Amino acid sequence: MAYAEQAETEALHEPKSFLTKYIWSQDHKVIAIQYSLTALFVGLVALVLSGLMRIQIGFPGSLAFMDASTYYQAMTMHGMIMVIYLLTALFLGGFGNYLIPLMVGARDMVFPYVNMLSYWFYLLAVVVLLAGFFVPGGPTGSGWTLYPPQSITQGTPGVEWGIVLMLVSLAIFIVAATMGGLNYVTTVLQARTHGMTLFRMPLSVWGIFMASIMALLAFPALFVSAIMMLFDKLLGTSFFMPAIVSLGQQLDHQGGSPILFQHLFWFFGHPEVYIVALPAFGLVSDLISTHARKNIFGYRMMVWAIIAIGVLSFVVWAHHMYVSGMNPYFGFFFAVTTLIIAVPTALKVYNWVLTLWHGDIHLTVPMLFALAFIVTFLVGGLTGLFLGNVIVDIPLSDTYFVVAHFHMVMGVAPVLVVFGGIYHWFPKVTGRMLNDTLGKLHFWITFLGTYAIFFPMHYLGFQGMPRRYYAYDNYAFIPQSAHELNAFITVVALTVGVSQLLFVFNLAWSVFKGKPAGSNPWGAASLEWQTPNTPPVHGNWGAKLPVVHRWAYDYSVPGIEQDFVPQTVSAEELEQMRQRDAGTRIADVKT
Amino acid sequence: MSRLLLKNADDADPGGSWNRDPQGAEAGEGADREQIAKTGLRLFLAVVSSLFFLFLLAFIARSQMTDWLPLTDPLAPLANPWQLWVNSAFLVLSCIALQWARMAARRGRLNSTVMGFLLGGVFAIVFLTGQFRVWQQFVAWGYFVAGNPANSFFYLLTGVHGLHLLGGLIAWGRTVGKFLSRVPLPQLSTSVELCAIYWHYLLALWFVLFALLTSTPQTYEALARLCGLR
Repeated sequence: MAYAEQAETEALHEPKSFLTKYIWSQDHKVIAIQYSLTALFVGLVALVLSGLMRIQIGFPGSLAFMDASTYYQAMTMHGMIMVIYLLTALFLGGFGNYLIPLMVGARDMVFPYVNMLSYWFYLLAVVVLLAGFFVPGGPTGSGWTLYPPQSITQGTPGVEWGIVLMLVSLAIFIVAATMGGLNYVTTVLQARTHGMTLFRMPLSVWGIFMASIMALLAFPALFVSAIMMLFDKLLGTSFFMPAIVSLGQQLDHQGGSPILFQHLFWFFGHPEVYIVALPAFGLVSDLISTHARKNIFGYRMMVWAIIAIGVLSFVVWAHHMYVSGMNPYFGFFFAVTTLIIAVPTALKVYNWVLTLWHGDIHLTVPMLFALAFIVTFLVGGLTGLFLGNVIVDIPLSDTYFVVAHFHMVMGVAPVLVVFGGIYHWFPKVTGRMLNDTLGKLHFWITFLGTYAIFFPMHYLGFQGMPRRYYAYDNYAFIPQSAHELNAFITVVALTVGVSQLLFVFNLAWSVFKGKPAGSNPWGAASLEWQTPNTPPVHGNWGAKLPVVHRWAYDYSVPGIEQDFVPQTVSAEELEQMRQRDAGTRIADVKT
Repeated sequence: MSRLLLKNADDADPGGSWNRDPQGAEAGEGADREQIAKTGLRLFLAVVSSLFFLFLLAFIARSQMTDWLPLTDPLAPLANPWQLWVNSAFLVLSCIALQWARMAARRGRLNSTVMGFLLGGVFAIVFLTGQFRVWQQFVAWGYFVAGNPANSFFYLLTGVHGLHLLGGLIAWGRTVGKFLSRVPLPQLSTSVELCAIYWHYLLALWFVLFALLTSTPQTYEALARLCGLR
């Protein structure tokens, strides 16, 4: 890696003005914060939308402005924002940007200018998306999957402007994600510091690295479908639009294939699940190891599991389409691949649990979130086994069981990691600790609350309550108990939603008033905690890049008093520590 | 990716798995700014490949619907695609010129580099103009974008390919600007190298698109069977 030497000899072009330092910044840390704050803001918008939806379901008719169209618009925007504009952006653009250079010992991303463009394109995508709320007809209400023909046929909310803005916004987002992804992958491949082999990288980097590769290869599928649908909508082509009679009129389209859209969409959509999950897997591995003061169990297995999940996730997409009418052999194939993907995933869960086994578990706020993630992911994953099987999926399809499943596995679980990650790395980003009491309160309300919200949904699903209905009154097959349960869920959902203000307040308050954190408050071994300054300054490492001598998981090493050995400690230094500590012990025994 | 990079930490001795002096071991692995830029470009080409692969799959799937009217029918515009052949020739010339510039830059010959590089861009512009002429021809013959899915795909695929070349021309234009402001050749050789790689890729991609767009329905059907789409 001559890059490392080059990085040491080249002059650092440190930005001086406010604009270049905080607005048009090319520093990965500032870009990470910009990404994170934008994602959290847009996530709060999506949270409010979910609250409005829950009020409608729990207490139908209590919101005067909530009609069927508004409900579907809220549902569509909630789903799209949470999956793409919050989780993907936050894990890759936020955590990826902040952690990759610091964890691999680089001064910055390899293409800082492209990295900056990535954020501004992302912001533009968010602005275009939110503009949907202010155009005639409002945002699209076609569901986050945007299935044609209904998404561009009269009668669906936002059919004139909303859908166009949504598709354009997605295309811009994909450009942003591609620019970011190229940076993350190239930085990991080319800009690691002295001694940082691929198999010495923390699992956080592995998760984000693999997710970035997947994003680079899977997002084009969404791009293709968005562009072709824009053609259908704006130029009158018939890529996806079949011959159709709408509102009594024969449309000009003919021969298009809506199923083709579904294939393209899910060829992106399923890897997207793991684009969100793999960074979460990586981050949570580091949280668990650090806060259990124990090396991660089966590091190499964990890495290969990340790679295997990444590869397999490209051959399972049609399990989202079992009810679209497919060849039974086709369904069988996708059911098998879906179940196979459970193997490396289960392996990871076992390894997390085995890391905890006999660990010195510190129940810090990040650790609480990490433990909650394991449980939640397990629950969500197990219901995935039901839905992965064709014959079980068909009766459960389009019921609240599906809603419960995907919220548990790719909604709540990754969000718990987001929170855990923020509580864990906030001290490095700001130099101050988040308030512990507020953090614990936030954790317990969120953790217990989400279970109170989504556990009952499994039951509602088994009862046959369909999803995507805006009102459930006057259906004979929906019993009174379901309505009561819905009201209960709504009350809890609103409580959990409002409680997120605790987190927002904690963030805002702690940036200025939090307890000073020092450089390594958790006693972590990985490289980002060994920076000469906290928060790290431009260039991250001062004059010399760090030299890495070991992996990131040397916790509770026998014979050493300090219960962690940073990656920068060499064999000689370790031996000196060992001899010094042995000397101290002998002296203690003598006295 | 060398074996060295993948060396595992699990079987590490207490001092870690790096047995040699880390700084000594790192030196001379040859990754520098040019290598980084090339890696970035190759990754980007992988993304573009994924994009076009999916476009082509969609093309094959859609071509199997009954309303598909082949552009290669005797009276259709691509029955005799001589204009596309002429355009292709210009793209080939463009690539040859850029390759010439690339080799001259490696040898440090400024004049040949500038000449080749300029010619490369100009031929690419001629190619794009030719493609636009073909579009105009399509419109003149009444083959509009929404007329038939075969037309739609023709506009879409040639358009997206053209946009990629246009993106390349922006990078080309920036480099020409640097040549004009007399930035020394060693600082620009990477840009020349990257432009050449990108152009070669777009040429190969164009021939795939050209072959597919001018194939017969029987070929599409065979491809569809091969992909399990029929």
